[in-house]
Amino acid sequence: MSEHDYIPKSKAGKWFNDRLPLLSLAAHLTDYPTPKNLNYWWTFGGILTFCLLTQIITGIVLAMHYVAHADLAFASVEHIMRNVNYGWLIRYIHSNGASMFFLAVYIHIFRSLFYGSYKSPREVIWIIGLLIYLLMMAAAFMGYVLPWGQMSFWGATVITNLFSAIPLVGESITTWLWGAYSVDNPTLNRFFSLHYLLPFLILGLVVLHIWALHVPGNNNPVGIDIKKPSKDTVPFHPYITIKDAFALLMFMIIFAGFVFFAPNVLGHSDNYIQANPMVTPAHIVPEWYLLPFYAILRSVPDKLGGVILMFGAIFILFVLPWLDTSKVRSAVFRPVYKQFYWIFVIDVLMLGYMGAMPAEGIYLVLARVGTIYYFLHFIVILPVVGLLEKTDPIPVSIAEPVLSGGAEPSLAKKDNGKI
Amino acid sequence: MEKFKLVKIFIILIIIIFPKTINSAEQNELLEVNWSFKGLTGKFDRNSLQRGFQVYKEVCSSCHSMQYLSYRNLGEPGGPEFSEVEVKAIAASVEITDGPDSQGEMFTRPGRPSDKFKSPYPNVNASTVANGGAYPPDMSVLVKARPGGANYIYSVLVGYEDPPAGMILDPGVYYNKYMIGNKIKMSAPLLEGIVEYTDGTQASVNQMAKDVTTFLSWAAEPELEERHKTGVKVLIYLILLTILVYLSMRRIWSRIDSEV
Amino acid sequence: MDKPEKKTNRRDFLFTASYTVGAVGVGAIIWPLIDQMNPDKAQQALATTEVDVSQVEPGKSITVLWRGKPVFLKRRTNEEIAEARSVALNDLPDPQKDEDRVKDGKDEWLVMLGVCTHLGCVPLSDKGDYNGWFCPCHGSHYDVSGRIRKGPAPKNMEIPKYEFVNSNIIKIG
Repeated sequence: MSEHDYIPKSKAGKWFNDRLPLLSLAAHLTDYPTPKNLNYWWTFGGILTFCLLTQIITGIVLAMHYVAHADLAFASVEHIMRNVNYGWLIRYIHSNGASMFFLAVYIHIFRSLFYGSYKSPREVIWIIGLLIYLLMMAAAFMGYVLPWGQMSFWGATVITNLFSAIPLVGESITTWLWGAYSVDNPTLNRFFSLHYLLPFLILGLVVLHIWALHVPGNNNPVGIDIKKPSKDTVPFHPYITIKDAFALLMFMIIFAGFVFFAPNVLGHSDNYIQANPMVTPAHIVPEWYLLPFYAILRSVPDKLGGVILMFGAIFILFVLPWLDTSKVRSAVFRPVYKQFYWIFVIDVLMLGYMGAMPAEGIYLVLARVGTIYYFLHFIVILPVVGLLEKTDPIPVSIAEPVLSGGAEPSLAKKDNGKI
Repeated sequence: MEKFKLVKIFIILIIIIFPKTINSAEQNELLEVNWSFKGLTGKFDRNSLQRGFQVYKEVCSSCHSMQYLSYRNLGEPGGPEFSEVEVKAIAASVEITDGPDSQGEMFTRPGRPSDKFKSPYPNVNASTVANGGAYPPDMSVLVKARPGGANYIYSVLVGYEDPPAGMILDPGVYYNKYMIGNKIKMSAPLLEGIVEYTDGTQASVNQMAKDVTTFLSWAAEPELEERHKTGVKVLIYLILLTILVYLSMRRIWSRIDSEV
Repeated sequence: MDKPEKKTNRRDFLFTASYTVGAVGVGAIIWPLIDQMNPDKAQQALATTEVDVSQVEPGKSITVLWRGKPVFLKRRTNEEIAEARSVALNDLPDPQKDEDRVKDGKDEWLVMLGVCTHLGCVPLSDKGDYNGWFCPCHGSHYDVSGRIRKGPAPKNMEIPKYEFVNSNIIKIG
């Protein structure tokens, strides 16, 4: 795979490495040439790995005390909070960790959208990333059901009921998912099993994601291909490891702020009421990170239509590399696309806001506008802008504009990597 | 270029303001109390907790259960911190059902610190029937289960008023200014002097509401003081380490800036 | 000549300091993850069991569950007490006087954890070569005071904390 052949220093190391080249792998990861102009938006991959490991470790520990039975689940969570040594800490890290995981993944995705990281030759990295995102949403959805509060139960009811919209087989599929005639104990039990499983599937996909990345190497803020290794790259260790560590620490400060001082602000108070199949909460809402899709779902008056559009909103991302027709990667040099990018960001934020509001009146109107615009962005705007846009000149290399001073103001160093 | 800085700031503002607007639908502005346990270094007022427990015991516990609390919690650090003798006495003052014995019979015995708080009713249905069809919610996590938390509980306790002109209330239903929906099936539980505080504090309605809400806030979050204390230590540690790592980063990256 | 030396020392100190402070953090995180497996507060709230022994005839015993383990409560006859006290301490693999295994004035009552000190099986009562208990797992023999006499068990069966609430009720734990 790599150009250099690593020879371990010790005899034992060489013996082992000849049989399983882990030391060569470590050397490859250490020396891996990384563009030296990466900005902080590139630190979120490392942050996401930290988030995944945190969720897995705290999750396994919680599973030592949690009871996945409808009669005992809520009480077992209170037992963790009150009796298990440091139980409150581990629980709050896990619940807030899910939110931090999604915060990081959205920044990571939007980085890719801005800098064209999804474009050739990185399409497979992008697709694997979307699969990871889908699994994350499934894992988070099932995880939220486990405490068996009112939102757990009713959120599960609403979303599993969507499957009944499928023609002919919908009802059977829904009953099969439930294992009962409504969300009930069998549902909870299987959600626990799958919630435990999915993170390990995600872990496997993350390995593939990084492997696929290491073939072409990282994209960079300027979006140009760089030869590696070169004076345009630095070895991953120590340059990128230390920068990722710094970014991770800043991230952890925010994380700690939530865990220790506002552990329930991102949640919903109704989930501290035990699940009651006879009483529906006034407003059923998912966790904040699912709100944009919830808004899209509810903007369509037809049940099946809403399901199709909601999943469509995710599936359209899979074909993004082919919808965006621009030959230029980075939005730094795409003045028209850049504006549409920020409008898209505002659109997604607005959809998120509408997802939290009741689906009526002005909220419904705006949700519909936002939904239409969302699809317009991918189906119409991206292809058209890519073809018609007059892009700014692209530098020849990362280092070159710095050395030559560059006649073009847009090539000046301070512009590199700035959004 | 500057236009997009404004866009970024606008987006950040939306993200900050957004959460505040979510839960405030259909509610009167709540009364706000300066709770001692709010804020980064918030702690519970020990005396208020003990008075609050007295209010719970003498007023609320006849209808409301607290199934996730044990009597020993009353003596643990971070809470009312009753002495071991007091905790044993509180526990022993209730009769707990235990069993079956070797004959297969259930029996009652005085409570022990390890017992859970005794529920006034054997199950939810019995409680609902005995209270006019409205179940008095368990109060273990009630403060976390209502938007507005402690402020909401306090507001409801002091928010009983005559209904506005023209509003007819069914028998057994009362008007409350701050209750979601404004109608509540619990009559005003706190009346001036209904409890005689053992520490001599005057038992006004506001005082009792404040004390029992403080007690309920602890009951919902007994780990709060430890959480705040640990949080401060963690933040200081993280900031320290961030500074060290930042300086290390600058030192390392200076190697390439000095190469040409 | 001096300057590069100094620079190296300062750089090394910064990196060492960073690693050290980082390691402290990692250590601090590890502890809660380990401690959460220790008995939680509900377990620790010393569960006690009260046993009514008024129906137990001399020579008979009952078994109760305490903290998840069996406790033997045997009411010994005078002959059995005499037999237990006639044994020379030298003959015992784990020397202990019978008087030290009972409460003052309540010599007939033997209250002990019914767990073999070898590998934790529950010994069978009224079995074995010493009129006491026999553990079928690996052949340990205990006498009428619950002391190990023959076999692989290293220690006498454990006496838990207990007290007589009154002459009919024993509180264990």
